[in-house]
Amino acid sequence: MEWVNALVQGLLLGGLYALLACGLSLVFGVMRTVNIAHGDLAVFAAFLGLVVVERTGLHPAVSIVAVVPVMAAAGYALQRGLLGPALARGEIAPLLVTFGLAVVLQNVLQELFSADTQSLDSGGFATASLRLTDQLAVGWLPLVTFAVGVGAVAAVQLVLSRTRLGRAMRATSDDPEAAGLMGIDNRHVYGIATAIALATVGLAGVFLGMRTQFSPTLGPLVLIFAFEAVIIGGLGSLWGTLAGGIVLGVAQTIGAQVQPAYGVLAGHLVFLVVLGLRPQGLFPRTVTT
Amino acid sequence: MSHAAVRRSARSPWPGLAAACAVVAALAYLPYAVSRGTQGELTNLFALVVLATMWNLLAGYGGMVSIGQQAYIGVGAYGLVYLANTGGVSPFLALPVAALACGVVALAVSYLVFRLAGGYFAIATWVVAEVLRLITTQIDAVGAGSGTSLRLAAFGDLTPGFRIAYVYWLGLGLAVLTVAGTYLLMRSRLGLGLTAIRDNAVAAGSVGVPVVRARRLVFVVAAVGCGLAGGLIACNTLRVQPDSVFSVNYTALMVFMVIIGGMGTIEGPIVGAVAFYLIQDRLQALDLWYLVILGVAAIAFTLLLPHGLWGLAGRFRLFPVGYRLALPAPAEPAPAAEPATSAPPQQRVTP
Repeated sequence: MEWVNALVQGLLLGGLYALLACGLSLVFGVMRTVNIAHGDLAVFAAFLGLVVVERTGLHPAVSIVAVVPVMAAAGYALQRGLLGPALARGEIAPLLVTFGLAVVLQNVLQELFSADTQSLDSGGFATASLRLTDQLAVGWLPLVTFAVGVGAVAAVQLVLSRTRLGRAMRATSDDPEAAGLMGIDNRHVYGIATAIALATVGLAGVFLGMRTQFSPTLGPLVLIFAFEAVIIGGLGSLWGTLAGGIVLGVAQTIGAQVQPAYGVLAGHLVFLVVLGLRPQGLFPRTVTT
Repeated sequence: MSHAAVRRSARSPWPGLAAACAVVAALAYLPYAVSRGTQGELTNLFALVVLATMWNLLAGYGGMVSIGQQAYIGVGAYGLVYLANTGGVSPFLALPVAALACGVVALAVSYLVFRLAGGYFAIATWVVAEVLRLITTQIDAVGAGSGTSLRLAAFGDLTPGFRIAYVYWLGLGLAVLTVAGTYLLMRSRLGLGLTAIRDNAVAAGSVGVPVVRARRLVFVVAAVGCGLAGGLIACNTLRVQPDSVFSVNYTALMVFMVIIGGMGTIEGPIVGAVAFYLIQDRLQALDLWYLVILGVAAIAFTLLLPHGLWGLAGRFRLFPVGYRLALPAPAEPAPAAEPATSAPPQQRVTP
């Protein structure tokens, strides 16, 4: 039964990973580049939530209404101010700039908030659970996080496939020059795409903070988990990213069930096996983005 | 009727080499003149030169951004300590063995991470480094999570003064070896192919450059170099600890030194390493803000001064590896003068 429990917990954890990963997937899909500061931005969002909670005394879940818009605005500014100019300098420059940004964010957070672990206390909600059988219960918080993860993936997918904005993003992704000739302002489209990505990162950061303890040095691990979810699921497929997140989450909880120290390692190994045997991912491009 | 000719981008490498030899000779004499502490610091500088040169080889010439080079620093350092402590091998012998082990690991790893490109390749190398770190924390023979010390007995009956001097000379030798090796590699046919790959991998492949093979070779060479640096660091600090030798901060430092010094030149990483060495003490007084300053500097250099500090030297090269197209004497001045004044050659041809 504890194995079934580990499986269910892993599945729910996968929702959080999908939530963390969908911004990474979106940015790659539209701009063909990877934001290495992605994980540190999620941790930054968690700290933003912490500040909001401490200042206002609101429930962490409510802090989302402040964190998400701030992150979205920061995303647009970041794209227009830093990443856009870097993209114009070739393939390597955006990686170097976002890597620099990651190091800056991590160490600024550490100077401001110390290296201590923090958490967003969501009160009784964190411990409340839904009893499925005598021996199996799922927490409401993991369940809600999972639902938010699925919702975020669905929302981003809908924006990409059904809206005028999404069409502009896909066009820019396919051929920036041709899209420009059709009257699309690529820089603005890139800005909006990064804003949406960081909005999901803001959401993910707050849920990360509620679900686990976090510290300024958690960013790299968050980036790696998000990345593993994307690759396991398959590039270019948001629903694949959700599946990848679930596979990663299950691998980690099953690994931790064997031996607590093996949880993260098991996730990495599943990723490496997928990369070795099925580099296109488990569910490549099931939906065109 | 004369034809255009392809020439080296500088008239002769000999003045630069002579200057480099003079500097190396002076550095080789230093253990007779400076304190042990200074030798230790300079040994660290040599490790930084090796690391920066290797990262430049990867990114500046191979076009591969790796943020997982700490994997090989760790394997090199741990390999050396393991061989010396349990096998009783002299660290000076254990070093090349550990570095070769890094090459073997990198060769295997390349078959996995080469399936990804760009930023995803970068993060995949990081995952590999994390996996190696996590595995190391589980190995009791090397002290698991808390690490272990290099037994001084492994150095035989060297007195501390000689031990520190020998490690210093080892570091100097490694720095010379990696810089000279990179220089020779880049002057070879393969080096020209790498330059083409960095500028445009698809185009390079279409004119017959073996893109994947060249990149794999660079990946393995860079791993061996980082392994040597890791072993050197272990000899210098006499201690290995997973969270320290497998720390991504090493790679951050490599990236920042190369960006600030100047990517895609032999001299740039050396300039970056020396610049970092010179301001190190002042920076470390600032605690973690020093990483913030380095990060901001790296972003600023990437966007505003992409050729780094060495780029300020213009087309001057101590170690010329590029080529230049020399056009025949102009019959009509106007069209022939154009190539000389248009885009500076180092952006196109000279790495």
